[in-house]
This record gives sequence, C-alpha cells and structure tokens, in this order.
Amino acid sequence: MKNLKKRFIMFSFVVLVLFTLTGCGGDGKITINVYNWGEYMDETLVDEFEEKYGINVNYEVYDTNEAMYQKIKPGGVNYDVAFPSDYMISKMIREDMLYEIDFNNVPNYKYIDDKFKYLEYDPNNQYSVPYMWGTVGILYNKTMVKEPVDSWNILWDEKYEKQIFMKDSQRETIGVALQKLGYSLNTRNLDELEEAKEELIKQKPLVLAYVVDELKDKMISGEAALAVTWAGDAAVIIESNPDLAYVVPREGSNFFVDGMVIPKTSKHKKEAEMFINFICEPEIAFKNTVHIGYSTPHMEAKKMLPEEVANNPVAYPGDDILEKCQVYKDLGDMVKVYDRIWTEVKAAK
Amino acid sequence: MVGRFLKRLYGSLIYIFLYAPILILIVFSFNDSRSRGQWGGFTLKWYKELFTDSQIMSALYYTIIVAIISALVATLIGTAASIGIHEMNRKQKSLIMNLTYIPVLNADIVTGISLMILFIFIRLDLGLVTLLIAHITFNIPYVILSVLPRLQQLDNNLYEAALDLGATPWYALWRVIIPEIMPGIITGALFAFTLSIDDFVISFFTTGSGVSNLSITIYSMARRGIKPQINALSTIMFITVLLLLLIIDSRANRNIDRKENA
Amino acid sequence: MKNRWITYPYIVWMILFIVVPIILVLSYSITLESEQGLSFTLENYKRFFDPLYINVLIHSINLALISTTICLILGYPMAMIIARAPIAYRNMLVLFFVIPMWMNFLLRTYAWMSLLERSGLINRLLTSINLPSLNLMYTNGAVILGMVYNFLPFMVLPIYSVLIKIDKNLIEAAQDLGANDLKVFLKVTLPLSLPGVFSGVIMVFMPAITTFVIPRLLGGGQFTLIGNLIEQQFLSSGDWNFGSAISMFMLVVILFSSGLMGRYDKDREGMGLW
Repeated sequence: MKNLKKRFIMFSFVVLVLFTLTGCGGDGKITINVYNWGEYMDETLVDEFEEKYGINVNYEVYDTNEAMYQKIKPGGVNYDVAFPSDYMISKMIREDMLYEIDFNNVPNYKYIDDKFKYLEYDPNNQYSVPYMWGTVGILYNKTMVKEPVDSWNILWDEKYEKQIFMKDSQRETIGVALQKLGYSLNTRNLDELEEAKEELIKQKPLVLAYVVDELKDKMISGEAALAVTWAGDAAVIIESNPDLAYVVPREGSNFFVDGMVIPKTSKHKKEAEMFINFICEPEIAFKNTVHIGYSTPHMEAKKMLPEEVANNPVAYPGDDILEKCQVYKDLGDMVKVYDRIWTEVKAAK
Repeated sequence: MVGRFLKRLYGSLIYIFLYAPILILIVFSFNDSRSRGQWGGFTLKWYKELFTDSQIMSALYYTIIVAIISALVATLIGTAASIGIHEMNRKQKSLIMNLTYIPVLNADIVTGISLMILFIFIRLDLGLVTLLIAHITFNIPYVILSVLPRLQQLDNNLYEAALDLGATPWYALWRVIIPEIMPGIITGALFAFTLSIDDFVISFFTTGSGVSNLSITIYSMARRGIKPQINALSTIMFITVLLLLLIIDSRANRNIDRKENA
Repeated sequence: MKNRWITYPYIVWMILFIVVPIILVLSYSITLESEQGLSFTLENYKRFFDPLYINVLIHSINLALISTTICLILGYPMAMIIARAPIAYRNMLVLFFVIPMWMNFLLRTYAWMSLLERSGLINRLLTSINLPSLNLMYTNGAVILGMVYNFLPFMVLPIYSVLIKIDKNLIEAAQDLGANDLKVFLKVTLPLSLPGVFSGVIMVFMPAITTFVIPRLLGGGQFTLIGNLIEQQFLSSGDWNFGSAISMFMLVVILFSSGLMGRYDKDREGMGLW
C-alpha cells in the first residue's frame, strides 16, 4: 500500500480539477432560464437566439400551469421567461409574481393582433405578450371511431373502454366534465362541481391513461381512439397520421391564450425582454408557428403561413366555434376545491 | 438430475427477465425505424443524435460531476466520521448510528422534500450546489456503513504499537489505520458513486433551473413519448456499467488470490 | 486514540441536512397558514384520515405487498440457487444479478414502457401468432411488474448473503440425523435465513410503497399512491402543510417498523449490526 499517498494526491487533484471545471462552466456570458410547456417551441430558435445575442439560454419544460406555478411560487429558482395561460397570468399578477414588461424593449409587440390585447387576464396590458392561442377538443382516430364525433358524451361511451386519453391536468379534465353537463368552466357552484366529479369517477374505468405530452406519440401510433387535447397539438399529430381528426364539441369548450411573462424570480429582466422580442420577430414567429402547430396571435406570421394552414379550421376555427368557447378564469380560493376534486378523481378506483 | 435441470431453468428464466428489456433496448438503438415494433434496418443515427443533443449531454455532464464530487466528499467526511465513531462509547455510538440510519431508511421522496424545504427556507437557490449537498447527504451513511465494519475487524494493538514505536497519532493513522481500512473506503466510495448516478427522486426535488441529471432528463423525455435516442443512451450506459463491474470484479478476485497465496 | 473530533464535520453535516429538514417538515405539518398568520393545528393529520386518503394508503400498501410477495417468491429460490452454486460461478452470478441494478433506474422503467404499449414488442409478438393484443400498459399489472423488476435484486441479495453464511455442518448434521431435504429446508435453512428475508422484505416494501415514478410512467397517472400524493401536494396543489403531514406519517411508520426489525435482528445476533 505504498502508493496510497500517491493515490490520495491523485484523488485530491481530480477533485480540484472538477471543482474548477464546474466553477468555470460559464464562459462569462449571461444565461437566461426559459421555462416553457413541453413541445411548445421550435428549439432551434433557442440556438438562433443564443448565436445572435451571445446570451446562453437554459430551456426547461413543464406539463401544466399548476406545476409551473408551484415551481416558481416558493422561490429558489430563477426563471426569466415563462409561458402561463390566461387564468394563470391573472393569478400570478394578483399574487405579485410578475414584472411589468418594458415594452420599449419589445418593439415587435406591434405585430400582435389587437384582438389579443387588453384582455381580461391582463386588463392594462402590462405583464404579458401573447404567445399562442387555441382551443381544447377531441382528437379521434377515424378508423376506430366510425360514428360522427361532436359531443363530449362520446368520452363516456363504453364502446371505447380503455381507448381514451384524458389530460393529466386538473382544469382541462374537470372542464370537460363541466362542459358535458352544460355548466360553466369557471363554476364556483359546489353542487355542479360535485356532479362533475361523479362524472369523472364514472368515466375513469374507460380511460386508458391521464397523460399530457405522451399522448401525441401514442395517438400517432394508434394506441387509443380518443384523446382530449389542444388544437395545436392536434394539428401536428394529424399531419403525421391523417387517420386522425379534431373537433371542438358542440357543448362548447375552452379557448385559451398563453402569454410570455417575466416572473419576479428573474435576474436578467432585460435579456428576458430581448428573448420575448426575438420570439415576436415575424420570421421567427412564423417558423415557430409552423413547427408547433398552434395558432399565432402574430399578424405578420399569420400572413406568411401557407393557405392550407391559415385556413385550417383545427388551428384557426371560425367565429361560430369560438363563440361557444369560454376562457378559464382565475379561481382564487376555489382552487382548493378543484384540487381536492382532482385528487379524488385520480385516487378513485 | 431433474432438480439440477429445474434449477438451471429457473435461474435462466430469472436472468432472462432481468436482461430481456435491456437487450431489446440495445437492439432497437440500432433500428432505423422510429417505431418500436418494427425493424427498419441497421443505423447508428440515434447515437449521432444522442451526442449532438445538448440537453442529454449537459445532463450527462452534471450526472458525472455530481457523482464524482459527492462520492469524494462523502468518502472523506464518512471515513473520518467512522474513525471517530469507532472510538466512541456505546451510548454515543448508538446515538450517531441511529442518525446515520435515517437517510438510509427514509423514503427518498421524504428526504427529497425535506431538503427542498430546507433550501427554500434558507433561500439557497436550487441548482448545482443544492444537488451536491443532497447527494453528499445521502451518500455519507453508505460510506460509514462500509468503513465501520473494517474498523471493527482492525486490531487495536496495531495502532498502539505504532505509537509506542514513536509514530505521531497522525502518522499512525495515516500509515497504519487507513491502509487497513482501504478496501472498506473504496467500497464505500464506489457505492456512493453509483447511488448518486442512479438517484432520481432526491435530485428531482433538490435541483433547480439549469441543472438536471440523466434521471431527470429521462423522466421528462419518457413523459413526452418514447425517443430512440434514449435507447442509444441505455446501450452506452449498460456497456459502461458492464465493463466497470467486470474490471472491479477481476480486481477483487486478484486481491483474493493474493491474500490466499500469501 | 483520541481522534473523536474528526467526527464533528459529519455531525454538523447531519444536523444541518437531516435533523433540521425533518424539524422543518414537522413544523409545516403542524401549522396552517391563514390570513391571521401561522397557527398550530393537527388539521393536516386529521385530513389524512379522510377515507379518500386512507384508500390511497390502502391501495399503496396493497400494491407494495403484492410486489414484495412476488419478489420473495421469485427471489428466495434464486438466492438459494446462487448460494449453492460452485464458488467459481457464484461471484459471476451475483455480479450479473447486480448489473441491471447499476443501470439507471429510470432507464429500467423506461425499457418496460416500450415493451408493454399496444404497438410494443410483446403485442407485436402476440398478433404475429394470431393472438389478440392485450392491454398491458397503464394497468395495475404494469405497475407491479415495474416494481418487481426494479426491486427484485433488493430481495435476492440480502437473502443470499445470509444463506452463504449458514454453517454447512448444520445442514449435514440434520441430514445425518435423517431429515429429508424438505425438512432440512423448513427446520434449518429457512429459520436461519429469516434475517435476510426480513431485510429483503423491508428493502423492497419501503421503496415500493413510496415510489411515484413507476405509477406515473407505467400506470399512466391513474394510480395515486402515497408517493404520488406527496409529490402532488408539493408540485401541483402547493399544499406543503398537508404534504408535510403525509411525509411525517411515512417517516414515523418507516422508522418504527425498522426499529422493530432492528430489535428482531439484535435478538438473533446478540450484538446486532454493531
């Protein structure tokens, strides 16, 4: 064991080298942390941004608004840009979690369609830049579902036992049950919520799984017949498998706008604004929209879209459909009731 | 005769159960078709994509960095602690050992969230530092549990003899005790290293923006549908582990031979 | 030897990162934040005894028990086979048992995901021999399979390490006294291997009851087990107080049951582990 000392010295040397390696991991560049939904951006754009501005981007993803909120709320993280939906934006504004955006640093904001400005969730237009919008609906496989699909009721049809994907996201899934029953997506009525819960528990044996992004892959490969999903995802999925179709049920559904915001966890607000501005550049917004399939509020980007996309009713539904749709609202304290219902549904046999 | 045959059959079946999924991943890592059920010809493109995937590569980097640093620090603190614990009286020893057992026995998720609460409470940004602290915390007990038995086997007279011969306590510790307990230290370090590489749950709760290890990356990828790059990654991990263990094992066998011949 | 001070870094470390965090969890679990500020309450614990959560607990215990039993049934004979193998092979057999365990736990779980799905290999094989395809993924069975696959080595290794320590003379003596193989097993091998069985059971049952990854990936979010419930409190509902209460409950159960095991061990081996 003579070489013990040598070995020890080598060990210490390795530790030292590693420490310096980790210490100097950065190259002096600023790094911003972007926190987005899974599969919700053409990630080559991130590289483009890094190259153009010499800013490192650390790109991370989440599954639901609630998961994003819980990660940012307690602190301990430093996300610079996030992409919450309407109701979550108003909740975050209410809880003083967002910085006001300096629109002088986001000149490309002018390209955003006026229809998406001064909306209820950000009434003074201070905190968010609209990113994408869309509807919630049913994606179905025409080779497996022979009947016409136009109602949420089909998700309760025993014919499709273990052929249904629901979203692992409480607002979406409780919302489906509420709409099926003809109630508001934002109901505060406990009886209505109780009924919705019963419906979901009744439905549970028919459901194959509660997932979020997993269902994209699975619907393409024909693992299930029906799935509740967002229009943008549906558009991309249908491109890969033309047997699939998307419909917004006649009872109505959710219409959402996701915005880019700067949480107060940010340490590089200016760079975050640069990133938001970059995403709103016409060429970039266009590329992004084509890649992820969601509907853009960016007027220039929309003009550039090929006709079959711009006129695709999946991504750009007519006013007749939008009229039936409701926007989620911040529930305030009622969130606890929704949480509990969701836990009960997930825990039911 | 029948008994032996049955034994072999049973043993083989269990090994097939353990290895079949891994082997299938390995085969499919060379599959040109994205689909899992079909063979589309031989390709290496998933390996190429794996190595150009910055997300996976950065996860790999952090996994290895965290494993090495946490194993080394844990080995250092753990070995020192073991030597001290060995000299304590029964009461102190049992108190410390009960403390040592908590992270070993506790559910990973509880350890993970309790550390997360601590880091958020003291406003330490979640990231590489917190990840390292968490890994060191759950690694130290395993080092102690590997080193202490070695110390127990140690002949106390050796140390005393060294002192009588004029060695300083430090010198005696360094030249007499450490070499004797070296196998325990190495086992502990290896144990810590692999635990750190394998950990998901504790890392999941204690890391923050910008730092994620392989487990976390795979978890998030697996929830976004199955990616063939992960198959390629599995193959590489499997072969690395296989080689590492075979090397360690042959070393261990050599040591046994040496001892038996001595 | 007066080197006791070199334990201090460790003691400080463990107090900072084990004791203090547990105290924090405990204090979250017994407080409730409201507009009037913090207040002491046992509400969080009471809530856990709601039938809803008790069902989650029962379901978790059920699945964990089933997995542990399967691991024991599969693992015990395997441990015996390895322990009785010629020494030359023995190390090899153990090594090959451990290798999958050294591969990343997520990768092992992931391997099953791509096997079990409807367009996965198992179903392709079934349909190719004209059998109907099965719904394997997202079932109780898939969750149990995932647990057994991941935790089987934790059962085999402790039993194996006890079995190889059993004095061969004891077995031979029993045989000389006319006991048949079954009797030797029941009266000698099995009782002597019980400490290994107990630690195997603990080492499988504990991670099985608290895992949240396996039910999430193989169960498709349909199965809320205790681990998922804790995760959900911290990562989506944001109810740290309730999450902490469940965590404290699990901690107490785990420490209590391993304390019992420890007593059992000590009775057997006198000194116990130390």
